[in-house]
Amino acid sequence: MRLDVILRVVTKFILPFMMVFAIYVQFHGDYSAGGGFQAGVIAAATVILYALIYGLTAAKRIVTATMVEAMIPLGVLIYAGVGVVGWLTGSNFLDYSHLAHDQVHGQEWGVFLVEAGVFVTVSATMVAIFYAFAGRGRR
Amino acid sequence: MLTLIAVTTIGIVRVRNLFAVAVLTSIYSFLMASVMLVLDAVDVALTEASVGAGIGTVLLLGTLYLTKTEEARPVHSVALPLFVAVGTAAILIWGVSATPPFGAADSPVQLAGPDYIQRSIAETGIANVVSSVLASYRGFDTLGETVVIFTAGIAILMLLKRAAPPGAGGKD
Repeated sequence: MRLDVILRVVTKFILPFMMVFAIYVQFHGDYSAGGGFQAGVIAAATVILYALIYGLTAAKRIVTATMVEAMIPLGVLIYAGVGVVGWLTGSNFLDYSHLAHDQVHGQEWGVFLVEAGVFVTVSATMVAIFYAFAGRGRR
Repeated sequence: MLTLIAVTTIGIVRVRNLFAVAVLTSIYSFLMASVMLVLDAVDVALTEASVGAGIGTVLLLGTLYLTKTEEARPVHSVALPLFVAVGTAAILIWGVSATPPFGAADSPVQLAGPDYIQRSIAETGIANVVSSVLASYRGFDTLGETVVIFTAGIAILMLLKRAAPPGAGGKD
């Protein structure tokens, strides 16, 4: 696919929009459809599309395999960490009421951080699975 | 729409060319996403479209690249798989028969739903009730889902990375 000019140009054109859409789905999840899971998948699709068109090595230069493997547990740690902070601030595990000065803001912050954790884990896992499949080559 | 889904399913079962099956699976996911959209479940539709039709198809095609694109003829008799499939279906249908009838006014969905819709903005300040239920009221469950994805990713890395020779050629 390396020589296909149309695919390469169109990919370059739509990649930023895909990334912005992923960020939109992530941060606008409070008001419209979407959240960490969907945004993570869209962000992973961006990387996968780049890898499909420009080759796996080019994609791994931008999103390295080490980074992806570190991000998989990092997301779970963010999520569980927010829960533990809930403990430390005097409420139950995963109760965000005391994260900010009042309960509503605490909930907003908690949901925001938790969704960020989901985003990190989901996007990294999808990219890692794709890397694992694509890196094998035909035998 | 349901007829289209049924036709696609029969196509997936009947067609032996796996490339066509991968494309049909993608079409099936898009149809499912449309059904979810009709049912006003926008979040589920978005997930189905991106995961099922997007990433799922890419992974299926990636697998096809590693294997053959023509499905092999079954070597064993179909009796045992058929028995397992029919048995599982029977258990599932038996389980569904114990749930409240579709659209019943006294089902838990109808009773608990309005409560969350009323409480969401006052308690969390989040307009999308799906988000607030997922991440706050039902945070434990979502933590579990995240851990499931984490486990899946780790498992696949363990299975596939070990076998890959270092510096194996990319696919383009």
